[in-house]
Amino acid sequence: MENYVVEMLNIRKEFPGIVANDNITLQVKQGEIHALLGENGAGKSTLMNVLFGLYQPENGEIKVKGEKVNITDPNIANRLGIGMVHQHFMLVDTFTVTQNIILGSEPKKGGTIDIKTAEKEVAALSDRYGLKVDPSAKIQDISVGMQQRVEILKTLYRGADVLILDEPTAVLTPQEIKELIDIMNSLIKEGKSIILITHKLKEIMEVCDRCTVVRKGQGIGTVTVKDSSPDELASLMVGREISFKTEKTAANPKESILSIKGLRAKDSRKVEMVKGLDLEVRAGEIVGLAGVDGNGQSELIEAITGLRKTEAGTITLNGKDITNLPPRKVTESGVAHIPQDRHKFGLVLDFPVGENMVLQTYHKAPFAKKSMLSYKNIYEHAKRLIKEYDVRTPSAFTKARALSGGNQQKAIIGREVDRSPDLLIAAQPTRGLDVGAIEFIHKKLIEERDKGRAVLLLSFELDEVLNVSDRIAVMFDGKIVANVTPEETNEQELGLLMAGSKLEKEGGR
Amino acid sequence: MFSNRLFNILIPVISVVLGLLAGAVIMISFGYNPVAGYQALWNGSFGDTYFFGETIRQVTPYIFTGLAVAFAFRSGLFNIGAEGQVIVGWLASVWVGASFDGPMIIHLPLALIAAALAGALWGFLPGLLKAKLGVHEVIITIMMNYIALHVSNTLIRTVLSENKDTSDKITDSASLASSWLMEWTSYSRLHYGILVALFAAVVMWFLLEKTTAGFELRSVGFNKHASEYAGMNVGKNIILAMVISGAFAGLGGAMEGLGTFGYMPTHSAFTNLGFDGIAVALLGGNHALGVVLSAILFGTLKIGALNMPTEADVPSELVEIVIALIIFFVASSYIIRWALLRLKKEGK
Repeated sequence: MENYVVEMLNIRKEFPGIVANDNITLQVKQGEIHALLGENGAGKSTLMNVLFGLYQPENGEIKVKGEKVNITDPNIANRLGIGMVHQHFMLVDTFTVTQNIILGSEPKKGGTIDIKTAEKEVAALSDRYGLKVDPSAKIQDISVGMQQRVEILKTLYRGADVLILDEPTAVLTPQEIKELIDIMNSLIKEGKSIILITHKLKEIMEVCDRCTVVRKGQGIGTVTVKDSSPDELASLMVGREISFKTEKTAANPKESILSIKGLRAKDSRKVEMVKGLDLEVRAGEIVGLAGVDGNGQSELIEAITGLRKTEAGTITLNGKDITNLPPRKVTESGVAHIPQDRHKFGLVLDFPVGENMVLQTYHKAPFAKKSMLSYKNIYEHAKRLIKEYDVRTPSAFTKARALSGGNQQKAIIGREVDRSPDLLIAAQPTRGLDVGAIEFIHKKLIEERDKGRAVLLLSFELDEVLNVSDRIAVMFDGKIVANVTPEETNEQELGLLMAGSKLEKEGGR
Repeated sequence: MFSNRLFNILIPVISVVLGLLAGAVIMISFGYNPVAGYQALWNGSFGDTYFFGETIRQVTPYIFTGLAVAFAFRSGLFNIGAEGQVIVGWLASVWVGASFDGPMIIHLPLALIAAALAGALWGFLPGLLKAKLGVHEVIITIMMNYIALHVSNTLIRTVLSENKDTSDKITDSASLASSWLMEWTSYSRLHYGILVALFAAVVMWFLLEKTTAGFELRSVGFNKHASEYAGMNVGKNIILAMVISGAFAGLGGAMEGLGTFGYMPTHSAFTNLGFDGIAVALLGGNHALGVVLSAILFGTLKIGALNMPTEADVPSELVEIVIALIIFFVASSYIIRWALLRLKKEGK
């Protein structure tokens, strides 16, 4: 009999209309890092929410340290030593690290909170696991990686033995990911167990001992990582063979399409974020824009697409000045934009898919004649795009809200690419998507390049930048600090460049 | 078992039933007979042709104010200013209606247009402030209500009459009143306005669902950011939505000025037509047809209530409570939705 600290046996969870978890079994050994792998919507989060007491399963049982338990709310989960670090941090920005950690279980002295003792405890915990957190720093002043460690500390402070980490690396830089891996290892050494929710195979191969795969709500099985391979895990997850290396021929760049000179732009707080930036994208090439989030990438893209006024500099498209044109004019000059935040900018979630697909073109023939909408043409267009871009939706009349993230993204890509733009801007086009959808989107981007279009790809995933781009522009502190090709660089170098280090050898482009 | 569409119809219907039931409970607890009470309500609204005519007359401005609030809401705006827009519309219609005599085919449309323009102006200002300066429309429209009330009272006393408390009567050429409708309904104040109101409902539906302008308004209403990204002028659409909303409410005022009364009295307090329009729009799910149906319900309750004290000794204030309860249940539609889902699950 194995020594399992957490066992979830034959869990079944239904929601109206769908079975989110169907007969899934997850057994976590004491002191292991156990990966929970699955596509978006496969049921990973549902399963973890069942373990954390947010949902009640219809069927199956949960055992903690061999004893059958009934987890009806998160407090019970906490008491059983289960802690969860959510993908979106649950921290109060204006509170200090310590205040955040003790929130909800404050140590008291007399009638007041004993913050001194708490700070000492937090510092001791931080030291023990090598977390390097300053207990008195405010959350708003520390980095995202540090905030994540505060979340980890929060669970440890509450005495967690089993930590659930929900896609912890999604928001981190490569260096921070390294540090996180070290932290995970030191936690294991101290006898903790970790459940790592992810769809990044590389991380699983690197840190995990075993991996449980779920697909479409079904438990597919558990494999020992060192006996497996990324290819095997991927095909288990998706249910078919997946190619990782994005197949592409060498780029054949032609004339310049987008040319930016001396661009300056401020963010909504009036802080200058783009500080005299130069960038060129040519027809038939994909330029990857690499950089740590918050170095002016969003402002740059908003400035190109007309969503943000520029302070100085020029943006030309095909030799035509498009600086500070309104979004519609920019779109009509031949720019397509897959926005970073697809819910906020990309879609009107309460509109049907079909109407979302004419969001920029509804006022033009054949979708409108004399200011009258032609629903017939709108929906014929939608049906064609749904087919061509493999958007899985019950119908073109379904609200965009009801689609999964990957299919929402495919709908946006269909809409943008179908306009045959000269310049396609893709901002984090694969964020939060599973490997199947990522593969599809990468293929589409390369197809567009091969048709002679200019593609600007903003991504925080170095893998993606290295795999898809023909040329990489590294952005740091509002400027392009290096131009490199994927062949002549690697993750380490890019990571350093993104952090502001200078390239040692002179040159690049 | 329940499709989404069915849900959207079931929820207001259940709210109404629950409101009526709760009203019955209150009647019983105060020692009144709910059966007699509701019978009196029914008789007082549909019992004979006079009551029927009065009910339809009351429904007419409700349709307009309901459309006004619903239209703004579909564009993402909360127009609490329908009340003030009703008042300025009423004033403008009476002003134009009383100041000259002419062929009806010109005079009546002119008076209606004046009302719509006045309401539109009252909607334009909050729209402009919202679009250009980001001032919340709720605050501005509430203040505009007071401005409308007091300015119109002053104008009635100084310009529209000689220091009297009502304006002059409008001339016949601007009147919506109809002698045959009145005769047919035992001399109620029923007028042609109901036709204008139904036409307005069709206009709202057509504008929102069939035109590119409506596409933009709905899009802005759901998601400003995506609309801006897609190249729509968000500010322009906010102003347009408030202007059209105000025009609907202004026409609601014209129904009173040109139809029911034929003049405008000074008001010591708000007419409540605009505020009730919020409830009408809410119950009607902000759709044109829904607004018409819920306006009929509210008109029925308001007019029928007048008969409850005489026929069943139930105070008419109780109907106000029933109306409030209906709104309460609509507003808490989440609870009803949840209960329906539970039922659905257990039914399986």
